Amino acid sequence: MTNQARQLFHRVRSLFFRGEQDRDFDAQMSHHLELAIEENLQRGLSPDEARRQALVRFGGPQQAKEHHREARGLPLLETLLQDFRFALRMLRRSPGFALLAIFCLTLGIGANAAVFSWMEGLLFRPYPLVANQERLVALTGTARAQGQTDRTALSWPDFLDLQRNCKLFDTFFVSKITGTTLSIGDRAQVVTGSIVSANYFNALGVHPILGRTFEPHEDGGRSAHPVTVISYQLWKERFGGDPQIIGKTQRMNGVLHTIIGVAPAGFYGTFVGWAMKFWVPASMEDTFEAGGYKLEDRGERWIEAYGRLKPGASLEQAQQEVSAVAKRLEADYPATNRGHGIKLWRLWQTPFNNAGTLLPTLGIMLVVVVFVLLIACANVGNLLLVRSFARRHEITVRVAVGAGRRRLLQQLLIEGLVLSALAATGGLLMARWCSHLLVLLLPVRNGNAMHLPGDMDWRVMALSAAVCLIATLLFALFPAMQTSKIDLAATLRSEMAGVVHGRSKSWVRAGLVVVQVSLCFILLVGAGLLLQSLQRIRTDSPGFSTNGVLVTAVNLVSSGYDVPRAKSFHDELIDRVRALPGVESAALARQTPLGYGTFSSAPIAVDGYQSPPGEQPSADYNQVGPGYFATMGIPLVSGREFTRSDNETAAPVAIVNETMAAHYWPGKNPLGERLQVKDKWLRIVGVAKTSKYYSMRELPRPFFYVPLRQNFSVGAALNIRTKLRPEIMAAALSRELKAMDANLALYEVISLQEQLDRSTSPQKVAVTLTGILAGLALVLAAIGLYGVMSYTVSQSTRELGLRMALGARTPELFRLVISRGLALTIGGILPGAAAALALTRLLGYLLYKVSPRDPVAFGSAFLVLTIISLVACFLPAWRATRVDPIVALRHE
Amino acid sequence: MSPSKLDLLQGTLDLMVLQTLAAMGPLHGYGIARRIEQVSGDAVLLNQGTIYAALVRLHQRGWISAEWGTSTNNRKAKFYSITKRGRKQLSEDAAYWQRLSDVMGRVLALPEGSDNK
Repeated sequence: MTNQARQLFHRVRSLFFRGEQDRDFDAQMSHHLELAIEENLQRGLSPDEARRQALVRFGGPQQAKEHHREARGLPLLETLLQDFRFALRMLRRSPGFALLAIFCLTLGIGANAAVFSWMEGLLFRPYPLVANQERLVALTGTARAQGQTDRTALSWPDFLDLQRNCKLFDTFFVSKITGTTLSIGDRAQVVTGSIVSANYFNALGVHPILGRTFEPHEDGGRSAHPVTVISYQLWKERFGGDPQIIGKTQRMNGVLHTIIGVAPAGFYGTFVGWAMKFWVPASMEDTFEAGGYKLEDRGERWIEAYGRLKPGASLEQAQQEVSAVAKRLEADYPATNRGHGIKLWRLWQTPFNNAGTLLPTLGIMLVVVVFVLLIACANVGNLLLVRSFARRHEITVRVAVGAGRRRLLQQLLIEGLVLSALAATGGLLMARWCSHLLVLLLPVRNGNAMHLPGDMDWRVMALSAAVCLIATLLFALFPAMQTSKIDLAATLRSEMAGVVHGRSKSWVRAGLVVVQVSLCFILLVGAGLLLQSLQRIRTDSPGFSTNGVLVTAVNLVSSGYDVPRAKSFHDELIDRVRALPGVESAALARQTPLGYGTFSSAPIAVDGYQSPPGEQPSADYNQVGPGYFATMGIPLVSGREFTRSDNETAAPVAIVNETMAAHYWPGKNPLGERLQVKDKWLRIVGVAKTSKYYSMRELPRPFFYVPLRQNFSVGAALNIRTKLRPEIMAAALSRELKAMDANLALYEVISLQEQLDRSTSPQKVAVTLTGILAGLALVLAAIGLYGVMSYTVSQSTRELGLRMALGARTPELFRLVISRGLALTIGGILPGAAAALALTRLLGYLLYKVSPRDPVAFGSAFLVLTIISLVACFLPAWRATRVDPIVALRHE
Repeated sequence: MSPSKLDLLQGTLDLMVLQTLAAMGPLHGYGIARRIEQVSGDAVLLNQGTIYAALVRLHQRGWISAEWGTSTNNRKAKFYSITKRGRKQLSEDAAYWQRLSDVMGRVLALPEGSDNK
């Protein structure tokens, strides 16, 4: 061991003393030879013979020197350095080639690095500063209903039971997104925050830079602890970085909160998509959530929770433990928990934030960028092949003077590595620059841009480096294979004769183009399918009017309105809005369909309906004001709309949708029937057409409506049917609001079409990214085709000249080249189409009412590729017609 | 070169150099090479140049030391001498070679076709 260490030390050391050691060897050698010659002279040899024999016995000074060098240094490293320097010199000598190759590879590697960084930053390590994210799991509830399992939130008492009973978890914590309007000085701003369990910061391992975080008891008791931890950003921007901030108060949702701590810079909370600005303990829930105090009600499911597994515990084991707890809860509290389970999700599958929304899109992007990388590699492989012809002479000479095959291969791979290392550097820069690109594709809500950063940590770097290595192997392989087949004599001879040789090489080049074209075709088909889906999903009817209806909200919860004040405010607001010019009708509702918020949900019972065992019938509902259906444009199939007289004093009523009517009252009209919601019986007065509630993709689901007045909620959305533009309406509404209460803030005013567009933003992200990347792929493939065709033309000058001399006319030559290019294209499209047929199904849920084999998408991809390949072949074909037969025939 | 000369097995040259230095005291490269040739009765096929690579290896392992001095004809030469560690290594290697050659001798002494009986 010490021997080896000592030897290694000497070998490394010798790298830095090459000159000195060479001189040392030379001195020894000349001394050696002198002595040998002297001895030979003494033996009576002639001076010439004495010298000759001495050299023979010594056995070649140069060889001995090489042996000496090998023995004393690190020969592998030295030749690597040599090859590296040579590679740089070669690139400097042909900057055009180098730039084009690096450009192609930068696009390929950069696209990969960007997607890796998004996956790392959004799915795998989404929460900066949080410890042990690889062991975090997300928790949701499940509810069995109508033979399927729905996802729900969790209730606070269930959460506490999990915390008490699970042994495989280090910790559980709650983080529920919420928001408030902050008015500090003269600026009012909507900011996002989280309602959290008191252990939140300890569980995450995040320590405040000022003050403290929550005490264990602070998440108990109704509104008992109005304290808040604020984010670093909020502290800097809104409080000017005040060092005395701790202990000051801030009004949030009408309640004065004491600021007890400031979170460190770079901590954004635990919700993929938004940067949290403040945190409040769960005890303040009813200040921030609509629907009252829920901490002691097992039936109120509102929280989003995470757990951290103990080291070594698997998700499956943990799921078993959690399911066992849920089973016990079902038995102990059948009224609230029958049919309810608890499900664990890996962090990157978290369904309740944007991780779940972006996961399928990013998964597909991963495939797409690999395609782009392959296309780029094929391009660079082709460029290298062309260059290897230009370097035929150099390589042949190297082989002739005894360069080993391995050494030659090493040299070519190092050249490739230099290229891709330069490209990887560019690619990482590109990915860094793209890390906030996703935000640009997603809508700004209430003046807040989303927070979707990529993350360039060492894992992303390592993965990109691996991609770079694989790419090098891919593209450097082709020319290297060619050189390893070099036939020395043939090459030297052919060079003398000047005959173009290498049928197999042109075959490889054509093969690379075919691969490019087919990959490009797949991407174009994918982009086409996604584009059509986006168009369909955005023009499809959700079951309510999308144009001519605006939606907004007035944040009464933030402003601390109590129920009686809110009721009179609602009445006055509706009257004022209806009186505005251009307004056809207006109505309030607790929730807007296709929004982020969840509808209320309740267990229901219907006369004569028997639910399957182990299942609690339940349905989602919305609390809506008079004139809601007319305003939203939801048709009533039978019965009537809610009116102002459906108030607190009148008999409770409900309107059900057609799906619910068909499920619970099959074959008869439910008008006049009774529906039990919680413990209240409602009379059904109307049946509405089924519309979309949560997403455009959902299947028809049972849903009902109750009058807002009979099921009051302080927070409500305002729907307005008008032909006016949102900006104009917003100005008018702000004036009315100022007249009513100057402290109120109006949410942004958007059309329902905008609401629908926002709900389909993952589709838009997928379309935009696939579109951009397919465009890139198209450019790369066109470059590849152009390269091959122009090279073919330049190499077949003789053939073209001969054809011309034999009477071929210009159009025929033109057609000859174009048809060869088209043959390559078609040769690529056919396997591409076959692969696309198999692959497009992977687009899965991103496709909307479009078949994965949609002929329009395939047809247009075909058309686009054909046109592009015609364009790419045009210049080479034109050049072919300009061949001068005399010159061409003499040329060779 | 005569085909009957012995090709050196890997590692044998190092051992020869060590033994030569142990027996003769400090020597320069040419001296070592000549000494080995003389002892072997010119039966070894030695490229004298390869001695120097062997000397580098041995020096790196700390088995020999080297210093510049003046040779008999008053010229500057690098003299090599065996170190304590080198002597230890030499005795280990020599024992190994002894055993190996004993075994080889016995194996080769087996009568041909003896396993057929």
